[in-house]
Amino acid sequence: MQATKKYYFSDMGVMLSRSMRHIFRSMDTIMTVTITPIAMMLLFVYVFGGAIQTGTANYVNYLLPGIMLIAIASGISYTAYRLFLDMQSGIFDRFHSMPIARSAALWGHVLTSLVSNAISVMVIILVALIMGFRSPAGVLSWLAVAGILALFTLALTWIAAIAGLSAKSMDGATGFAYPIIFLPFISSAFVPTASMPKVVRAFAENQPVTSIVDAIRALLSNQPVGSELWVALAWCVGIMVVAYFFAMRIYQKRV
Amino acid sequence: MNAKQNKAIQVMGLQKSYKTVHVLKGVDFEVEKGSIFALLGSNGAGKTTIIKILTTLLKQDGGTATVNGFDVAAKADLVRQSISLTGQFAAVDEILTGRENLIMIANLRHLKNPRQIAEDLLNRFGLSDAADRRVSTYSGGMRRRLDIAMSLVGNPQVIFLDEPTTGLDPEGRIEVWKTVKALAANGTTVFLTTQYLEEAEQLADRIVILHEGKIIANGTLADLKKLFPPAKVEYIEKQPSLEDVFLAIVGKKEEN
Ligand SMILES: Nc1ncnc2c1ncn2[C@@H]1O[C@H](COP(=O)(O)OP(=O)(O)OP(=O)(O)O)[C@@H](O)[C@H]1O
Ligand SMILES: [Mg+2]
Repeated sequence: MQATKKYYFSDMGVMLSRSMRHIFRSMDTIMTVTITPIAMMLLFVYVFGGAIQTGTANYVNYLLPGIMLIAIASGISYTAYRLFLDMQSGIFDRFHSMPIARSAALWGHVLTSLVSNAISVMVIILVALIMGFRSPAGVLSWLAVAGILALFTLALTWIAAIAGLSAKSMDGATGFAYPIIFLPFISSAFVPTASMPKVVRAFAENQPVTSIVDAIRALLSNQPVGSELWVALAWCVGIMVVAYFFAMRIYQKRV
Repeated sequence: MNAKQNKAIQVMGLQKSYKTVHVLKGVDFEVEKGSIFALLGSNGAGKTTIIKILTTLLKQDGGTATVNGFDVAAKADLVRQSISLTGQFAAVDEILTGRENLIMIANLRHLKNPRQIAEDLLNRFGLSDAADRRVSTYSGGMRRRLDIAMSLVGNPQVIFLDEPTTGLDPEGRIEVWKTVKALAANGTTVFLTTQYLEEAEQLADRIVILHEGKIIANGTLADLKKLFPPAKVEYIEKQPSLEDVFLAIVGKKEEN
């Protein structure tokens, strides 16, 4: 017991460096994760953008929060994919028969998910800057945005962990992400919810993505952030806690 | 007391069921320290299940098992410090190189000098030339050698090998056999499972046969050969192979 506790962070560090190597040796995954959101951003800004009334002069500014969430939602399907492969390959059996904390292997994947999604979000912000994205936000606001995105990533990562740990096939492991990727479309990510039909609007205004998008948008444009920030945080933390609980239960059962 | 200390593994009345299949129905055996022990059984007999219980990956439903004197259920952590596992399916990281795989395990075992340890094992297993290639480019035999090399990092006292030679060509098989013999010569206890009766004949100090959830034979090769009906005069040149013994015992059981 003592040994596994003493070395917990060192073991997790080994696991993290392992899966970070995986990511850097398959840069195509980062490409795949970022290319679709970037294409969407181009499409919405240069094709549909002229027809969309958002009340902001700069549509890239309006769009960026939602695009970042879409990138994270597609990024976490790779977390599920990597986890599924590890479960299949027997390498988890090797780790779990060694004197290291059992959760170290799983946490390695979770941290990797955070880092790789951070990388793809940065790539997207760079592209957005080239497309004319500008923000008057100060360091504190940016830190708050980073915090919200990290929480959102963690929440989705634990959902991905459930999928990756319990899936019977590769498609099952990654397919869960599609509905999540779709959520931003029925939110305030692309157009204001006020323009939507009543029923759709009711859904859009009460699902997590809208509050997260609104909070990030307000922070980035130096607008006062109101209750949407707390609603966003509550969603992220709530989803994270529930998903963490179920993922850990499945993990303990499977290994 | 003394007798107990000579045992690397003790298994008593081990029971295990998966939902509907009753796989282990009271399995008993003991493994001497520093010996090579072979668990034989056909597909689905429950060999991997036993290994998983002994390596703390799976909890038994009944009975007790100790490894290196520690109960697998109550003292899992101490068991894990005494063992290593080479599972039935290669547990190597395909995206890392052979060297990185070994260094990773050395780091997880918190050993000093992981690079040196990796270097030594790469040499010993003839993987030096491929050391810095990704494992995904390795042949099946190289992968298996790396897999076993990873299990030797940190010189654990008891090594579990689940069908270590399945899928290897004869040359690769002989190489693995040499490694296993060298391990035992150094005092390591080797627990291996196999479907190849010849393999057990070649390697094992003691052989047990698992069939329909029970151990149906347990002894040295010579003991098991005695179980076989004496060779008839006409066929006197041919000694019964373990295969004959196995088929004879299984056949007898099924008649009953
Ligand atoms: N997780 C599981 N859920 C349900 N049944 C299982 C599970 N694992 C194994 N079994 C069943 O238990 C039996 C024993 O499996 P086990 O893998 O221990 O056999 P084995 O002797 O290692 O076989 P093989 O030589 O094919 O590796 C088989 O009938 C198998 O189908
Ligand atoms: Mg097996």
